[in-house]
Order: sequence, then C-alpha cells, then structure tokens
Amino acid sequence: MAVTEENLPSPRQERPIGFGRLKRKEDARFIRGQGTYLDDIRLPGMLHGALLRSPYAHARIVSIDTSEALALPGVAAVVTAKDLETLGLAWMPTISYDTQAVLAGDKVRFQGQEVAFVIAETEYIARDALGLIDVEYEPLDAVVDARRALHEDAPLIRDDKEGQVDNVASPTWEAGDQEATDRAFAEADVVVSRDMIYPRCHPAPLETCGMIADFNPETGQLDIYNGNQAPNVHRTVYAHVAGLAEHMIRIRCNDIGGGFGNKVPVYPGYVCAIAGSIVAGVPVKWIEDRTENLVSTGFARDYIMRGEMCAKDGRITGLRVDVIADHGAFDSTAQPTKFPAGFFHICCGSYDLQAAHVKVKAVYTNKAPGGVAYRCSFRITEAVYLVERMVNALALEMGADQIDLRMRSFIAPEQFPYETTTGWTFDSGNYAETMKVAMEIAGYDDLLREQADKRERGELMGIGVSFFTEGVGAGPRKHMDILGLSMNDGADLRVHPSGKAMVSISAQTQGQGHETTFAQIVAEELGLPPEDIEVRHGDTDRTPYGLGTYGSRSTPVSGAAVGVVSRKVRDRARLIAATMLETRPEDLAWEKGRWYVRGDPEQGAMIEEIARYAYSGEPMPEGMEGGLDAQVIYDPPNLTYPYGAYIAVVDIDPDTAQVTVRRFIAVDDCGVRINPMIVEGQIHGGLAEGIGIALMEVITFDAEGNCLNSSFMDYLIPTALEVPEFELGETVTPCPHHPLGAKGVGESPNVGSPPAIVNAVIDALHQTHGVTHVDMPCTPARVWAAMQGRPEPPQ
Amino acid sequence: MQTPAPFQYERATSVDGAIAALVAHDGDARIIAGGHSLIPMMKLRLASPEHLIDINDLEHELAYIAERDGEIRIGALTRHVDLLGSDLLARHYPLFADAEEVIADPVVRNRGTIGGSLCQADAAEDLSAVCAAVKARVVIRGRDGERTVSMEDFHVGPYQTAVGDDEILTEVRLPLRSGAGSAHFKTERRAGDWAIAAASAAVWIEGGTIADAGVALSAVGTTTIHLARAEELLRGAAPSDELFAQAAQIASEDCSPSADARGPVDYKRHLASVMTRRALRRASARALAMEA
Ligand SMILES: Cc1cc2nc3c(=O)[nH]c(=O)nc-3n(C[C@H](O)[C@H](O)[C@H](O)COP(=O)(O)OP(=O)(O)OC[C@H]3O[C@@H](n4cnc5c(N)ncnc54)[C@H](O)[C@@H]3O)c2cc1C
Repeated sequence: MAVTEENLPSPRQERPIGFGRLKRKEDARFIRGQGTYLDDIRLPGMLHGALLRSPYAHARIVSIDTSEALALPGVAAVVTAKDLETLGLAWMPTISYDTQAVLAGDKVRFQGQEVAFVIAETEYIARDALGLIDVEYEPLDAVVDARRALHEDAPLIRDDKEGQVDNVASPTWEAGDQEATDRAFAEADVVVSRDMIYPRCHPAPLETCGMIADFNPETGQLDIYNGNQAPNVHRTVYAHVAGLAEHMIRIRCNDIGGGFGNKVPVYPGYVCAIAGSIVAGVPVKWIEDRTENLVSTGFARDYIMRGEMCAKDGRITGLRVDVIADHGAFDSTAQPTKFPAGFFHICCGSYDLQAAHVKVKAVYTNKAPGGVAYRCSFRITEAVYLVERMVNALALEMGADQIDLRMRSFIAPEQFPYETTTGWTFDSGNYAETMKVAMEIAGYDDLLREQADKRERGELMGIGVSFFTEGVGAGPRKHMDILGLSMNDGADLRVHPSGKAMVSISAQTQGQGHETTFAQIVAEELGLPPEDIEVRHGDTDRTPYGLGTYGSRSTPVSGAAVGVVSRKVRDRARLIAATMLETRPEDLAWEKGRWYVRGDPEQGAMIEEIARYAYSGEPMPEGMEGGLDAQVIYDPPNLTYPYGAYIAVVDIDPDTAQVTVRRFIAVDDCGVRINPMIVEGQIHGGLAEGIGIALMEVITFDAEGNCLNSSFMDYLIPTALEVPEFELGETVTPCPHHPLGAKGVGESPNVGSPPAIVNAVIDALHQTHGVTHVDMPCTPARVWAAMQGRPEPPQ
Repeated sequence: MQTPAPFQYERATSVDGAIAALVAHDGDARIIAGGHSLIPMMKLRLASPEHLIDINDLEHELAYIAERDGEIRIGALTRHVDLLGSDLLARHYPLFADAEEVIADPVVRNRGTIGGSLCQADAAEDLSAVCAAVKARVVIRGRDGERTVSMEDFHVGPYQTAVGDDEILTEVRLPLRSGAGSAHFKTERRAGDWAIAAASAAVWIEGGTIADAGVALSAVGTTTIHLARAEELLRGAAPSDELFAQAAQIASEDCSPSADARGPVDYKRHLASVMTRRALRRASARALAMEA
C-alpha cells in the first residue's frame, strides 16, 4: 500500500512508456520560474484597466461623476453602466441562468461590486484614478444572514428581476422519497439531529483573476488571454454576451496559477476588459488584486444545514436534510442545469440506506456571488461533510465506535452497481476493504489506547473518521449540461511521420499535470515514449470543444477521450500494419508499441514505422486515407465514483484550545492510477486545503455587509507548519465503464478531510467537555467557546 | 497588484542626514526600515506618506548587537533574523529568540527591524512586550541630540510612540543584571499570524527570591500592556506555581482586549492569563537553571 519506487521508470530503461511514476513534464519550466502567466504577457500599445468597487453592501446609486478621473493625465476612458448599456453589456448571464450586473447602474448589491472601469496608460494611473471618481450612494439595509433574507421584512435585493418579490434565488429543490424517509424514521431505534454550517470560504488561487482583451477593429477578431478552467465555454459565453461571432474569438489560457473552481465563472472584469478593448481599439489588460479576488470572485460553500439521521438494529437506515443555500447577490453557482443544488443529494454517502430525503432552498443575500465548486464536484463537499458529521453524531448517540457503525452500514461490494435512494448509480466499490487499510495504517486500536491514557492525564486527543463517495466526471449528455452545452470532451490525436505525436484536449490544467498524465495515456495505449507526445491545451483555436476542468472531470471525461482516441489510432495502425506486413488485420496481435503477426512474432511493425508508412508514398489499405490520426468526442455513460477512508488524529491544548492535526491518514480508491506520483501530489494539496477549511479559512461579514476577510492577513490559509506528514494508502477498484478504469481524484482530499478533522475535534472534547458539535473553522477561539459550553456558528 | 499612491523616495547616507531630511519635510516624511509594516499599509492605501526616507544603507551605524557598559545595545536597524540568531541575547535574554521564532515568517524576519517593530507600535507586536518585560530603554535622536526613554514612556498610545516626526529611534538598551530568566509565549491562529495574545516575562532571582520582575502583554489592549500590579506581586516573593497563577489572574484582569476575528474578550483575557503563567514559569525555570 505504501508508496513504492518500483514502478518508477528508470533512466536506463529504453522506453519508459505508459502509466507509472513519471516526473512532471511541465515542472521544468515551473521550477525555473519560466511559466507564462497572464501578468507575464505584454502586448504592444496595451492599456491597463482597474475597477472601482462599492464600499457598501447594499445602496442605491444616486450619481456617478467621472470628470475628475478623466482629467487625470494618462487616463484614456472611464466606463460606467451607462456606457455599457449602449453596447448592450450592462448585464451578463451567469452559469446558473441568472443575470449579473457587469457594472452597477441602479444599485450595488454587495461590498466590492463593480461600479466603474478605468482604462489608463499604466496600472498605477488607473488605480490612482479610481479615487477621483465621485459616486453618490444612498445606503440601504443590508442582509448578510441567509435566514434573515427569508423574513418578510427583509429588504428586496433583486428588484431588477421582474416578478421577484422576495429573496428566494431558486425554489425548494427536493430529492429522495419523503414518505419512505418518514417511515424509516418512524421505525428507527435511534434518531439524531444536528444544525451545522458549512461556512463560506474561498478557493483563493495564488494567481488572481485577470484578462487581456485584444479586439482588432479591422478584422473583427477578438483575442483573449485569460487563465480560466473552461476556455471553450467562455468563448461561447462571450459570443453570446458581446454579440461577437464565435469563430472570431480566440482564448488562450497559457499557464494558470491555480483555479480550484474560482476560475470557472465569467467575471465582470472580463467583460469590462473586452468592452474596453472594443471601445479603445487597443489591447486592455485587467488583473485584480488579492483583495478584489477575495471579496468579489466566486466563493465556495455557505450552506446552512439541518440533518437528521436514524438507525435500526445497529445500522444507519435513514437521512433527512434541509438546507438553506446562500448564493449571494447574483446566482452564479456552478452546476449542471438540471441540478440547482449541484450533486448535493449524494449526501446519502457510502451507506445502504432505507430512504433519504433532501431539500435545498437558495436565497439571495448582500454578499459576493459564487457558490463555485471549490475543488469539489458541485456541492459534494457540503454533502459529504453533512453525512459524515451525522454518522459521527449517531455513533455518539448509540455509544458505537465510529468505524464499526460505518462498517455495519456500508453498501456491500456485491451490491454494485448500486442505486442510491436519491437516484445515483454507484459504479463499483469495496468500502470495508478501504476502511480496513486506513485502520491498519493508523493503528486504530493503538490510537484508541493512546487516547484513553491521555485522557487520564488530562490531555485532549481526538480521532476522527470520514468515509466519502464522490460522483465526479460530469457527465452523461442525457443527464447534464451547463448553459445548454453537453458536458462532453473532445480529443484529437496526430501521430506525425517521425513517430512524434500531438494530442489536443479540451481539459484545462491549472496545475494538475495534464501535460504529463495525458501524454502517459497515449503512451500506454500506443507504446510511444511520453516525452514524444505533446499535450496541447488552453487555446480554443487549436483544441477540440469540451467543457474544461473542474469537478474532477479531466481524467474521467477528457482522459477517457484521450484513451479512446488513442485506441482509434491504434486500430488504424493495425489496418496499415496489415498492409505493410501483407497479412490480414485479424492475424495481428498488439504488444505495447507494436503490431506483430500472431504466428510469427518476429514479423511486426513498430508504431513509429507505421506512422512513417502512413505518410509515405506506399499504398494504403483499401479505402483508407493516408496519415495516422483520429478525433473523438467522449460522452461518459455515467459519473465515476471514487471513494476513500480518512482518519485524522488531533491534539488540543486544554488551555489555549489550539488544534493541531498530528496525523492524517488518507486511503483513496480512485481506480487505476495513471501517474501515482501526481495522484499523491493532488491528495497532498487537497488535504492541505481541507485542513485550512477545517481550522482557519472563512469569509465573514459584519451586520452592514462589510467583508472581514479581504487579505491573506485575515483570510488564513495553512502553512507547512499546520500540515502533518501525510500517510497515504490506496486500494484499486477499477471503474467498470471508464476506458482506463480510472476515476477522478483531484478533489477527494478536499471533500473528505474537513469532516474527519471536525469529527476528531469533537471526539477529543466530547467526554471531557460534553461537546457535540463545533462549526468550522475550528479556530482556537471557537473551540474554546465550545469547551465553555457555548459553541457559536460563524457569522 | 496592490499599488500605493504616488510618493517621493530618498536613501539616507547617515543618521544625521536622515534626521535633516525629516526636518526638511516638516512632518510629511516617514522613515522606511524593513518596510514590512509600512509598505503593506501603503499598498492598501491606509498610509500615504509623501516622502520616504530609506535608512537601509545605515547598517554600519544602526545594525549591531553588542555588550557595553553593563548593557546589551541593539541598533535600531537590527533585523529580526539577527535577533533570532544572537548568542549574546540567547545567553542573557532568551525571550528574544522565543519571540523571534513566532514573529511572522522568514521572509519578513529577513528584512523587518527592531526599530520598525517598536516604532510601528502595533499593540499586537511582540518585541514591544519583550522590551517592556526586560525593562529596556530606547535611544531617540533628533536634531538637538539624543534622549533615552523607558518603555513605559515610549508607548504613548495606539500606533503612537515618544519618537517625534523629525526624530529617529537609534538604539535599544537592555540592562544586564544577574539572576535573569525570561520567556515569551504567544498563541496564534496560524504560524506567521499576529498574536491572539502573547506574554513576555522576565524575573531576576537572587537567593531564591524574585528581586525584580517584568511582565508585559501583546494584543490584548490598544497598546502594549505593562503589568505593574503583577510585577509588584512578584517582587520579593519566592517563585512558585501559586504565585504565577496569581500573577496570571492579574494579567486577565488588567488587560483590555476587544473582540475581533481572533476571538471574543473573555477568551483573550483567559489567554492573557495562560500565556503569563507559562511565561513566568519558564522565565523562572531558566533563571534557576542559570543560578544552579
Ligand atoms: C505577514 C506579516 C506578519 C507579521 N507578523 C508579526 C508578528 O507576528 N509579530 C510581530 O511582532 N510583528 C509581525 N509583523 C511585523 C514585522 O515584525 C515588521 O517587520 C515590523 O513590525 C516592522 O519592522 P520594519 O523594519 O519592517 O518597519 P517599517 O515597515 O519599515 O516601518 C514601520 C514604521 O516604523 C517607522 N520606523 C522604522 N524604523 C524607524 C526608526 N529607526 N526610527 C523611527 N521610525 C522608524 C516607519 O516610519 C514606519 O512608520 C508581521 C509583518 C508581516 C508583513
């Protein structure tokens, strides 16, 4: 289980081909500081933009006077909502079929909302000019608590929307069977309930959002440089928003300094940069600063949840969940059209439940919009947190061991494919086995003994468990789309005459290592060395259409596309090889990199030889064109369902209430691992984020709607000192329907770790302090308050 | 990118030259040392000085840690990293290293200075409490010469010190007395963050009793808190856990924290007491170990 070096391709190995631990191809440029990020790009004649943002969370705009700003030397233009109206760009659609103001004209609806856009010769001048714009506001009552937003006397936030009379962003959405759930609860031996909040946090990518828009008035061509997670979708959106022809728009992403869901949406700053370039006729660059990123771009979570769980005969039987989702001032949550609460209804977890019922209502508040899938497949993080906290609450109530209760309630291996009570079809799994591996690594029984000893001495130690199942790799076109676009991905593979290959994909790496992993997929399927395979991405002119990278969908969808396209090329190569070897295709057998004659293995053709032949003057098979390439669009038949067993061990200082995560054991089953080293890197990163979310990361507001976490001094992300040496393990249950047997993994650690840590904190404090729940983040002050018997939800 | 408002910049070549420049700009100029407090404030446009006078070339005049005339003298431009690594301080006042291990991060510590830290006079700043506990005196130089002030007189109010607009802090002086033991304890939300609460303690033990004591707190008031009542209690008493618990009780009573993202008032009072107790215990253990 432990990390082994055996599958590391040795440098002497002639052809280090296919799956295995391969160092990342992209790192050569990254570790030398030679990546190309947005701010590295400078175009001739480029101007710089800056956004004026609202100091108020809710206020009517009485007037905007831009004359003084315009008079500042170096300022080229100041754009307001009025100017955008003439271009038809004052409002834009969100990914959730809502509309969002590009620049506020009538009202500002959250602190940090975009009010005016300055274009100037330098970024410094642009920002100096912001202070010279005079906006008169008439402040209005602000609502920051989603529950208060539902009160009758709450101010109406979206008075721009016709027919909108309250702050409901989307009506109550339900999944599961209410009656069957009521029955399960009526028949149960034990019932527990908990109110919990998954607080608002932020993906906080180190590279903030920005764009260079370069509109050429002569040709009508719009060139965009913008690191985003779904370049093809963005192109379609811009065509729609700006009324430009889609084939005249080209988006290049280059290197991206982190996305984590934050770079899925289209932001007002992007539309301003485009409008600015159209108006100014020169390239316009706009890059937000850290504060702007934290206060205005896509936040994550902000779910207020009530869970009830019941058990009968020692097994978990039912779950009831009621959620108020805070979407902020504009609904730009990320999810497929048919699922307004994303995949939240996967909250029945890894258990064979009798019934479950889930209700989610979304509301508007005077807070920044978002609800992006921060390293998570559309609200699965919230779902897993809910169910894994509830299981522990139930175990407490029953006096059961947190692992025993899970073991007794798991879906059994022979039940797969398993239809959940809320409508998911889990593809494969052996949950108990994975849980056992985690217990072994942790030394679970020893930990329990250690904890008992420490309790005697007055020391506080907690052991927390979580077991998650995710549904990732959205998704089958019959079930899901975003803005009417099917969630499929294309792949285009060309093997050149010299045997070097290029594969173009629609997934968009932000650090996930696609240039390596996807080359390895082709290498595995064709037997070419990965270094001979170039992975092309991030340029809409040079890549096939597809929905991009988020929701752990790259390997499940785009990776499958690469596998399938490689096999297509291999099949073509077989036909060509048959002609080359003057035999029938059926008589050929494949070994990595070579088709050979079944009865005469000496007789064969290497893939490189076949490629050379395919482009040569030699005769091709009957009816076949020359060349060796193929193209596919992959439509996944189902999501993939990775899972994992996580165990956290925490120590709490009894006096200061500081929580230290001493050990973290993560056993992931993501099916076949293409590059185990990259998989482990993804798990390390996600666990670090999970520790941050559990212990320190939170976006809060005061009663007036001022955002209190607008810099990295106030929005804390963990450092190496808060993160233990991770102990990883694996089990491998190949995905039955994925061409490579792989499942997504990038998000699992972020999804699975917060509940393990919170469960551990409560485990440490339950016996001694009677603590039954603490909301995240478990900061020293909040844990101390819980120890005093008054846990408080974050505000 | 966060951008400061426009400003003028000059590099001083001597302390006297820097003072002359301050005088010439008549209140509109600011000294810049490590820049780790001033530049973030400028970028957030919380501060918009018209002139910056950079003293980083004055290491020959202002960067040193030396023993002279029964004192340890620390030049104002001495960086955190050098305070952390100083053997002289480790021998006499180990609380400096305690504090420096938990002040910010290596990047900040490589540039930030003791002079900048004290002059910033942020109530959450660690070195002010450290200097107060060891009863340091600071040297302030202006066009009319030098004066020396105690830490009590140095802290005038929130972000306000005895250093005038046209003066420079040049040196920090620590008394060298026998039987000294000292310690600094801090509770933070995360490594590199400012304190939720921190306590510095120094004791001078002679023949089994505490001859003198200094205790000061960070982050639990509008400025560094000097715990005079606790010092009085400790003076002349024999070190014991009960005594330190009483001093800790005073700490929780005599601080005046306000609620913020780091925690509510009662938690901070509680922490003030926990940190004080821990600091006194370790300070006393260190003093006794030296004595032994
Ligand atoms: C991320 C971060 C975390 C931090 N965490 C902590 C922490 O946990 N604990 C802590 O104590 N500190 C912390 N700090 C502050 C750090 O210690 C700073 O370096 C220090 O406060 C200021 O020192 P400086 O030399 O950088 O001062 P500067 O920023 O250069 O100056 C600060 C102020 O002092 C004035 N000044 C500087 N030198 C003199 C002088 N010789 N005479 C007169 N006036 C002068 C300047 O005009 C300015 O007003 C942190 C800083 C950062 C950026």
